[in-house]
Amino acid sequence: MKQIGLKIAVVAAIALTGACAQKPKDLPPPPGGTVVDPNANNGGGDVGNAIIPGSRADFLQKVTSDRVLFELDSYTVDAEDQAILDSQAAWLLANPNVTVTIEGHADERGTREYNLGLGDRRANAAKNYLVSRGVPASRMTTISWGKERPAAVGSDESAWAQNRRAVTVIPQ
Amino acid sequence: MKISAPMLPLTALALIGAAAAGAQVPAPVQQPQAQAPAESEELVVDVEGGISAPMPIAVPYMPTPASVSTQAGETGALGRQVAEIVASDLRNSGIFTPRGPAGLPAISYPQVTAPDFGYWGGTGSQALVQGFVQANANGTLTVGCYLYDVYAKKELTRQGYVVEPRDWRRAAHKCADAVYSRLSGESPFFDSRIAYIAESGPKDNRVKRLAIMDSDGANHRFLTNGQSTVLTPRFSPDYKQIVYLSYVDKRPRIYVYDIGSGRQRVVTESTNQTFAPRFSPDGKWILYSMSVNGNTDIYRVSANGGQPVRLTNTPGIDTGGSYSPDGTKIVFESDRSGGQQLYVMNADGSDQRRISFGGGRYATPEWSPRGDLIAFTKMAGNFRIGVMSPSGGGERLLTNSWQDEAPTWSPNGRIIQFFRSSQGRSGKSTVWQVDLTGSHERQIPTPLDGSDPAWGPLLP
Repeated sequence: MKQIGLKIAVVAAIALTGACAQKPKDLPPPPGGTVVDPNANNGGGDVGNAIIPGSRADFLQKVTSDRVLFELDSYTVDAEDQAILDSQAAWLLANPNVTVTIEGHADERGTREYNLGLGDRRANAAKNYLVSRGVPASRMTTISWGKERPAAVGSDESAWAQNRRAVTVIPQ
Repeated sequence: MKISAPMLPLTALALIGAAAAGAQVPAPVQQPQAQAPAESEELVVDVEGGISAPMPIAVPYMPTPASVSTQAGETGALGRQVAEIVASDLRNSGIFTPRGPAGLPAISYPQVTAPDFGYWGGTGSQALVQGFVQANANGTLTVGCYLYDVYAKKELTRQGYVVEPRDWRRAAHKCADAVYSRLSGESPFFDSRIAYIAESGPKDNRVKRLAIMDSDGANHRFLTNGQSTVLTPRFSPDYKQIVYLSYVDKRPRIYVYDIGSGRQRVVTESTNQTFAPRFSPDGKWILYSMSVNGNTDIYRVSANGGQPVRLTNTPGIDTGGSYSPDGTKIVFESDRSGGQQLYVMNADGSDQRRISFGGGRYATPEWSPRGDLIAFTKMAGNFRIGVMSPSGGGERLLTNSWQDEAPTWSPNGRIIQFFRSSQGRSGKSTVWQVDLTGSHERQIPTPLDGSDPAWGPLLP
């Protein structure tokens, strides 16, 4: 998952620059701090250094990211998100037997119940885009976690930006 | 957890007590029901805040006519604990400054019905609560509770409670309720329970368990083991069931938990997520939200299951529905205008009207059991707990912290509990309460962190 974390950090940094936000107290680790070895063991699905096609590890290696991030209170899939989802769609079309769960999440700066609705919106926004790219809806289920499962545990803009997300999860 | 016998008039109890104690206690004088004194003479305490200071009230330890060992402990020790609970309840209401029981002179059993007004008058206490705990031959306990006006040197009320030993704390809460009601004119609320979510573990993998406790945090009990995330519990009006959201099987849906049997059942079968459940005041209906392809609406279903009825159909997230106490209206939140705001509709979904216009976002509306106010979370910078009238007027914010959320009303509509979150990676949630003046705020003690408190009605 380190590879993913690095990509998020970059995206978050871009988002911060774009939003002209105040300097957060808790910046994500600088790029370069984590060098990703493409041959490293990425978890499930590996046999030695060989990644099994159709596995979670295969997905994580092939796609731009397993997640798309959203603006505050938004579920709009922007151009950057589309590029990420395009890479996911390509993988899903190349692996037609894999079913996935898309998890929708919100940051902590919302009320619990509303965020369950918001997470559902985000999961479905990602799902609907993948459907528009030819992935059958029957291969995707959605679940909203609201603000219950943050990816970043800080209480600052960079953490919240990482938590407003829809994550495509391949079975282990 | 029921009072096992009907409450006896205390006159009878005191006579029984006198007999048991060898007729040492003078039988209480049967006074004709006095006319209500003129307002200027009446000893009252002001719940609304305003100009009155909290009322000094003395609560000495409660004696026992005979030391008896019971399932709940020795009667003398119980008398001391009952007095401590009464004083604690009164203090936590915000409108009393209890004195004692520690540090006050011991009261003899005969003095319970014959207070030394001369002494108490010199202590500055305006009111005095005395009582006793007695073990009965059939294994029950009798708790006597007497309230006196110290300056007028007269009795204001007397109550007697016959309880199973395991319910001895309820007798203490009922005594505090009797005192609170008599002096404030408000309905009682201490003898009630709270369901909430007990939280533990790291912020990104928090374990959440369904738990219940008395209104003061005592008699705490976990109902679920934390394997599945659970959220937003609500008691049924009869306290027999709790409706809540569970992620069991990785499918967020609303369940009903039967407290007697420990069994859980899905309320309504759907492949879509269902959440934000609320019982109707008569317990017959469950209001909930369902998300279908990113759009969330409010539905109603019989508490026994059956065909749901959809109440909202506007694009957006409609959730957090809460019934008015008479069951005819529902307040809910919707982002149909672009951000979360509060709306009121008829119970059948007709006549939906926005009531919040104060700037910022409004969420988690809860209709007061008195019907006069709606509590909410207001998000404008900080997340704060506030109240407004059902027509949207008279907005008042009661708290001001980084993140206060999800108000729930005391049974008498005078106190609001909510949960408060702190910032950062070690941020956690705790349960708090505040009165309607906003000036009496305190944390409710819980063994773990806590969120989503839901205050039940007065215990049956």
